[in-house]
Amino acid sequence: MDRIPILKFGNALLVTIQVDMHDRLATALEEDLTSKIVEYGAKGVLIDISALEIVDSFIGRMLDNIAAVSRILDADTVVVGMRPAVAITLVELGLSLTGVKTALNVERGMALIHARLKTSDSEDDDAED
Amino acid sequence: MAANVGTVAELVGSSEQLILPEWIDLQKKAGSLNTGRITENELVSQSREFLHLLRDGLAKGGSDASNPAYGPAKQLLADVSRSRALQGFSPSETATFVFSLKQPLFNTLNRNSTLSPAQAAELTWSVTLLLDELGLFTLEVFQKSREEVIVRQQREIAELSTPVVKLWDGILALPLIGTLDSQRTQVVMENLLQTIVDSEAAIAIIDITGVPTVDTLTAQHLLKTVAAARLMGADCIVSGIRPQIAQTMVHLGVELNVVSKATLADALAVALERTGRAVTKQKRQAASEQTKTPAEKGQ
Amino acid sequence: MTTPKIERLDIRSSDDVVRVRQLARTLALGAGLSLVDQTKIITAASELARNTLDYGGGGFVVAELVEASGRRGLRLTFEDKGPGIPDIDAALKDGFTTGKGMGLGLGGARRLSNEFSIHSKPGEGTKVVIARWK
Repeated sequence: MDRIPILKFGNALLVTIQVDMHDRLATALEEDLTSKIVEYGAKGVLIDISALEIVDSFIGRMLDNIAAVSRILDADTVVVGMRPAVAITLVELGLSLTGVKTALNVERGMALIHARLKTSDSEDDDAED
Repeated sequence: MAANVGTVAELVGSSEQLILPEWIDLQKKAGSLNTGRITENELVSQSREFLHLLRDGLAKGGSDASNPAYGPAKQLLADVSRSRALQGFSPSETATFVFSLKQPLFNTLNRNSTLSPAQAAELTWSVTLLLDELGLFTLEVFQKSREEVIVRQQREIAELSTPVVKLWDGILALPLIGTLDSQRTQVVMENLLQTIVDSEAAIAIIDITGVPTVDTLTAQHLLKTVAAARLMGADCIVSGIRPQIAQTMVHLGVELNVVSKATLADALAVALERTGRAVTKQKRQAASEQTKTPAEKGQ
Repeated sequence: MTTPKIERLDIRSSDDVVRVRQLARTLALGAGLSLVDQTKIITAASELARNTLDYGGGGFVVAELVEASGRRGLRLTFEDKGPGIPDIDAALKDGFTTGKGMGLGLGGARRLSNEFSIHSKPGEGTKVVIARWK
């Protein structure tokens, strides 16, 4: 079975979802990410979904799960690059992914993760959750 | 001389020098030039051209305005009518163009000695019917043009009323004005979210100072916009909630679970702070008191 | 687009759910839907296809381009011969689920469509019809 590649980027993991995922692929990604966070001791997970044309409740649940699991493993999950049409649809669907952090692009997402790592020198937005 | 409409065509051709000045005179009396929207030259050339086309129509198409021979004449009427609709002429001012031609034509028929009174009356009747039909056609085109103007204006209002403006690098503002219905909200929402992507803005301020009432549905739309923006990675601040609106919302049981500020200025201050900026007042130097402080603000 | 386009697709595996999404996208483009409307109907199709698979034990979808009073759109009909839904009103509520989903499938699909109808008889199966107009 094909899998979505997970890249290590400093102390963060980067996943770029570029295919229309079937459900088994999404479940596999969830499992793979969990084990990689532990393996690398990653502090952040960046999931780039800018190529995704839709996010349904199954993929939404996957994102929520990944965020919840990584939180337990002391890593931040940031979902980046969600398209406007996808965001509107998700809200209409009733999914607001409140447990997931978001950013406009990979760069901003990475900055968000780094900001948390350097908690000493900034009054960042993390406290809002 | 046989009394058919072809006769009228000939008469129009031969008596143009009489008909045209009389017709233009009548149009002027009816006030066609009073508004100053068209010049006398334009009026004369329009009138002369129509008279020629009408003559062609009469010669080939009889008294039936739906005959293809009247195509060019109708085309001219449509152009005249459309341009007058856009220039703001009233419907009657526009229709006068055709109806005022009746009198000069009747006079021409009566002046012609080769026609018997019965023939003249018959032709007058035919011409009346023809011009009535052309007049109605003119009004129809006029009406259609006005409707097109209205549709275009509605579209423009919809676009104009949802401007997303950049307040600062990475900070957008959406000043909403007027009532928010579902359809407009959708346009507003998509517009804002797309601008967030295009300008990579981290914060969007939705200012509802200009929104007269907020009902449950509007509040829901606002919340959805805020939620969608958050999913994309941008924060929204709602500003300008008027006291009555705040009260209504509490009564309705609507919880606007977002950051809200009293004024756009307050919201901007928060946005600047969140993006790591501070606004400070410049100390005036005693020596140069009335120099251009605003221009130096950026320094 | 004068010829009405109708296509039928079996839903037997999670790969078929992806195929339903692709079919919905093709037809949504054909109907000239805006990007947001396309996304909404494809997402609704994805939810319903997964319902058909997970709760109905598999079934099929019929997708068609439709036209009414000058507006174009697409209609999707999902059918299965599964256990059916005993209480439809409860099933339409957010958070209702008997399976592994988030319970947003039916209610979400309804919110994402312009038209929504559901017929279900316990023991006989379920039929859901959605449509989105330009």
